[in-house]
Amino acid sequence: MVLLGAVGVIVRKHPVHAALSLVLTLFGVAVLFVAQEAHFLAAVQVIVYAGAIVVLFLFVIMLLGVDRVENLRTDPLTAQRPLAIITCLGLAGVLVAAIVNGNGVFNERGEGINLPDLQNGPDANTVQLAESIFSRYVVAFEVTSVLLVIAVVGTVLLTRKAKASAK
Amino acid sequence: MIALDPLLVDDLLWVPLIIVLVKVLIVFVVGLLATMLMVWFERKAIAGMQNRIGPNKTGPFGILQTLADGIKLFFKEDLFPSRADRFVFALAPFLSFVPAFLAFAIIPLGGDFRNGSSGEVTLFGQVTRIQLADPPIGVLFALAISSIAVYGIMLAGWSSGSKYPLLGSVRASAQMVSYEAALGLSLACVLLLAGTLSTSGIVAAQSTITDWHFISTGIVPFIIFLIAATAELNRPPFDLVEAEQELVGGFNTEYSSIRFALFYLAEFMNTVTMSALIVTLFFGGPQPIAIGNFVFDIPLLPNALEGTFWLLAKILVFLYMYIWFRATLPRLRYDQLMDLGWKLLIPASLGWFMLLAAQRLARQNGWNIVLVTGGSIAVLVICYLLMQAAFAKSARDRSTQGTMF
Repeated sequence: MVLLGAVGVIVRKHPVHAALSLVLTLFGVAVLFVAQEAHFLAAVQVIVYAGAIVVLFLFVIMLLGVDRVENLRTDPLTAQRPLAIITCLGLAGVLVAAIVNGNGVFNERGEGINLPDLQNGPDANTVQLAESIFSRYVVAFEVTSVLLVIAVVGTVLLTRKAKASAK
Repeated sequence: MIALDPLLVDDLLWVPLIIVLVKVLIVFVVGLLATMLMVWFERKAIAGMQNRIGPNKTGPFGILQTLADGIKLFFKEDLFPSRADRFVFALAPFLSFVPAFLAFAIIPLGGDFRNGSSGEVTLFGQVTRIQLADPPIGVLFALAISSIAVYGIMLAGWSSGSKYPLLGSVRASAQMVSYEAALGLSLACVLLLAGTLSTSGIVAAQSTITDWHFISTGIVPFIIFLIAATAELNRPPFDLVEAEQELVGGFNTEYSSIRFALFYLAEFMNTVTMSALIVTLFFGGPQPIAIGNFVFDIPLLPNALEGTFWLLAKILVFLYMYIWFRATLPRLRYDQLMDLGWKLLIPASLGWFMLLAAQRLARQNGWNIVLVTGGSIAVLVICYLLMQAAFAKSARDRSTQGTMF
């Protein structure tokens, strides 16, 4: 289902259909999370990605009226296709390398993979996640939130500039 | 383990399987019946408030009116607008109808929770709950489901290929996404006090009336949740999605026959579900009303069934309140709606959440609770003043430079 959705994102000509395929993929990933006993992550996946981010995608598609099929013959950036192919191959290479490299980790339960402890009741999952986010990785977490704030401020600033120069 | 039922963890036996199937059936049928009665109740109550009679022909007091309307809608012609995106157009009603039912699965519908009982009952030698599912993520499931419901409305408006439905659905998606934040933040206050995500755990934490979360979280989260839930349901006074005077019928203008009926059912089903969720989160769900050690106990009824009675009674209060809202409050303007959501509800719920968290931390570490509360309130006041200063500045900029968008 995940792969079907992912292929759909690329293949479907209509942007709205592509966005819907993306939702399918995100749901599939949520199901995979549940299969790995990460219930909290699954719920957050659905709420944040499927519920907010793709809705925003659709929102933009509908508001800007880009929901017509674009002409694929003419290319605004001529170098973009060869570059895309190179990037794809590179990414695929890195992924394969990572998978081959990390093959043994799952069997021996190496450090960094703490399986959720299901003996401590239904909330153990959430507790474990909170502990690792707010103690061990707290700096990374805070830096990410600062990054998001910077992005928001930057966007607001850009829209203001555009308006001022239009005047 | 997707936790459909705690029973399914072990070997697949017939008895638990049948219990689960019967539960699914009961929840489905009760859901449909509740929706049907809710439609009738709303029409009748509004008619009363507007000095009319309301439905009175089919059945006693017109109670079968919804059934008659449903049958009529079944046999009407099913139209596809010529500019519609056929697949999405057909899909959208189900996307809004199915989540409405799914969310009902996590509501504890009965059981004995008093004096720290776990609310489990024994049916045919199997320990289970009067609740379709008790997933570990509990209430988050309801949030996830309600975020899916956005798609139904959004895609319905877009796929109609028509102007007014599109406007309605764009409004709807913006409204629902922004009010979901306030909904989630006020929910977090409840979760902070209950200390668990599971709905049965939340109910179990509210045994006396002072433990009910609407009192123990200090009423503010409840009010925010109520407003945000009304907006999430697209019910008046937040029904800009289908504002008849400006948008014909909003997202479902182009829908006819049974597809329209599905939207209609989903709206009322959502109202029932959301009332049940409010009762579960803030009013103790199936817990009886108890003041201190005194419990309003209904004699002759077993405690587990009594829970169902209390739940129904509490839900009815909220259903009546939603009808009351609809009959009395005028619809908000769109910018007022967004201002209320972003500038009032979200900051207020965030601030209140911080206050509760500080109190909780103080209690855990044995700090002076008055001092901590006072300090948090001072910080919140400073934040509020800063926010007001920012609003004033942007208002001044707007008057000198004109609007930005």
